[in-house]
Amino acid sequence: MTGAPLIEVEDLNVHFPITARGLIRRTTGLVRAVDGVTFTIHQGETLGLVGESGSGKTTAGRAILKAVPLSGGEIRFHRPDGVVDLVTLGGERLRRFRRHMQLIFQDPYASLNPRMTVRDIIAEPLEVNNPGLTKEEINDRVRETAALCRLNLEHLRRFPHAFSGGQRQRICIARALVSRPDFVVCDESVSALDVSIQADIINLLMDLQQQLGLTYLFIAHDLSVVAQISTRVAVMYVGRLVELAPTKSLFARPMHPYTRALMSAVPSIDPDKGFDPEELAGEIPNPANPPPGCRFNTRCPFAQERCRSDVPEWREIAPGHLVACHFAEELATDPRPANSPDSISEARP
Amino acid sequence: MASINGTGPDHRPALSRRERREEKKRLSYYTASQWQLVWWRFRRHKAAMAGAVVLLAIAISGIFAEFFAPYTPTERDTSYVQGAPQIPMFWDQNGFSFQPFIHGTRTERDPRTLRQVSVPDPDTRIYIRFFVRGEAYDWMGLVRSDLHLFGAAEGQVHLFGTDDLGRDVFSRTLYASRTSLSIGFLGVMVAFFMALMIGGIAGYSGGAVDYGIQRVTEVIRVIPIIPLYMGLAAAFPSDWTNTQVYFAMSMVFGLVGWPTLARRIRGHLLTQRNEDYVLAARLAGAKPRRIISKHLLPSFTSYIIVDLVISFPYMILSETALSFIGLGLRPPTVSWGVMLQDAQNIRTIEQMPWLFLPAAFVVIAVLAFTVLGDGLRDAADPYSVSKGRG
Repeated sequence: MTGAPLIEVEDLNVHFPITARGLIRRTTGLVRAVDGVTFTIHQGETLGLVGESGSGKTTAGRAILKAVPLSGGEIRFHRPDGVVDLVTLGGERLRRFRRHMQLIFQDPYASLNPRMTVRDIIAEPLEVNNPGLTKEEINDRVRETAALCRLNLEHLRRFPHAFSGGQRQRICIARALVSRPDFVVCDESVSALDVSIQADIINLLMDLQQQLGLTYLFIAHDLSVVAQISTRVAVMYVGRLVELAPTKSLFARPMHPYTRALMSAVPSIDPDKGFDPEELAGEIPNPANPPPGCRFNTRCPFAQERCRSDVPEWREIAPGHLVACHFAEELATDPRPANSPDSISEARP
Repeated sequence: MASINGTGPDHRPALSRRERREEKKRLSYYTASQWQLVWWRFRRHKAAMAGAVVLLAIAISGIFAEFFAPYTPTERDTSYVQGAPQIPMFWDQNGFSFQPFIHGTRTERDPRTLRQVSVPDPDTRIYIRFFVRGEAYDWMGLVRSDLHLFGAAEGQVHLFGTDDLGRDVFSRTLYASRTSLSIGFLGVMVAFFMALMIGGIAGYSGGAVDYGIQRVTEVIRVIPIIPLYMGLAAAFPSDWTNTQVYFAMSMVFGLVGWPTLARRIRGHLLTQRNEDYVLAARLAGAKPRRIISKHLLPSFTSYIIVDLVISFPYMILSETALSFIGLGLRPPTVSWGVMLQDAQNIRTIEQMPWLFLPAAFVVIAVLAFTVLGDGLRDAADPYSVSKGRG
């Protein structure tokens, strides 16, 4: 299923300046929303990106799409005709390249222009990218994509206010896919939906991936959703990646204490198993003022002196299993049981 | 294929007529554009609908004043100077008539003041006729005619009475509505144009440009308006014609009125610019021009209309106030303010209270604009409800 690399992200930084408003603007600090993130997304896979609110996962996804200004790093997009450097791509060339990568938003209400019909919403990417197409050709392609996304073609004349959340999200998917992109960032795309509709949309996304050969970066905070759809999963904490591994191996043997805490917080469907989440003390640190050393050291039950001074290296501890923790090996042999990925994805109705 | 809402056209069981009608209503809601939704919501606002009807009536009677007014604003009825309003009747002590009539007048001398006064003569009847031929006019230089909506069979009829010179107050009020509303309209347009440019630049560029423009706007906003009007109006050269004064005044109203509008346009732009669907269009590869014209502008046109309607009464009141204190338009131009200038003294209040009738028009117009603006504001964002429906 996974193939050659499609997107390589290296040492990605997105820092937002904190400005004091006065007669003259002064920069008084930096929010390090994404700070030195490195990963690769392979063709045809789904990379899950999980983390708490404020961990920088949405910013990371938008940075890859060049929707927020980057502060540093490299993003390479592999195309059949060569590698495209997204960081230096700008202006008109970036605008033309955008059809290869798309975003599906979290909020299906805010992301559809209420003043446009469904047909016009889905047609927009075609109209702006292919000025040569006739209205008939556009209509044909809109209908084709709408059918793929299981939209009723009768409803293309309607406005978004006629639809519920799940239906709106299908419209968003159709808009993202109408230009046939290679890479789609799903930014919490099911979080705003009812659980039963979430399953619907996830199945649709997986079917579309098969049919159109899509590659997803699937951003979510719900581990059970991520377990169901992802090939590999990356865990983010305060702007940094802490662990990245194939889904099965991550859920079977989480190496980073933060991942372990996350896993244990997922309730199991088996009533006999009990529910005993590892509790983390304290709050998520402020990304404008992260703690020195390992960013998790303020809340980590295993933190040592070294964790407070040295930034842990991002290293491959087992084949395909990357982690940023000084004591990953010791913790991996910790006898406390972890959840299996199957039991987690079973937790979904 | 998963059906949405299960409203596919085929394989439906037979529906009763009522069900079919409801189905049709539902479908038309689904395919209703923004303006249809605005209209449906606005229609439910009874007071605003009434305001709209009243304004429309005032505007139409002002625009077609030549036709609706029985006389021209300068025509004098020397036999009925300072005459009281004549109210059309259908019956008097002499019986009933299908055609409305007024009583004729005769001139008497007031026994106490020895002033010549016209008093109604209940035994003579002057019938009111509709679509009569009267004084010829030239409507906007387009239509030449002498047709008036109504007039007296003989002599003249004065619904609102006459002034010192025997001019018909009703006719003059209609002509005045045209002047006052159009000067307000011009002022609003000037303000709107400036606000759109200045607010648009501030809201779209943001940052330092926005900061600078906001400070300038604030400076202009704190200038007290009445002294400024008075200063500017006093600065008009005295040999200007009334047309020149008219346009100069609407320019002044526009130049003073733009800051509030510009702020609101900037605010709309700043909020809309960060909406998800605007980002979606950008990520789809849309150029800035398309984003502005297809996404940003339509998103706040309804709000802009509300703002325009709400700023209208201020313009009208400014014109009325300035003309009233003698700094604005001057006779022979008729505007509400110019007419009220005649009603300034105690003698008028005592002897000719009907000269205050134009003030009623000002009050009604301002109230109607306010109520209409209220209703439009409620209807302007039809999606605030549908968003919650899910």
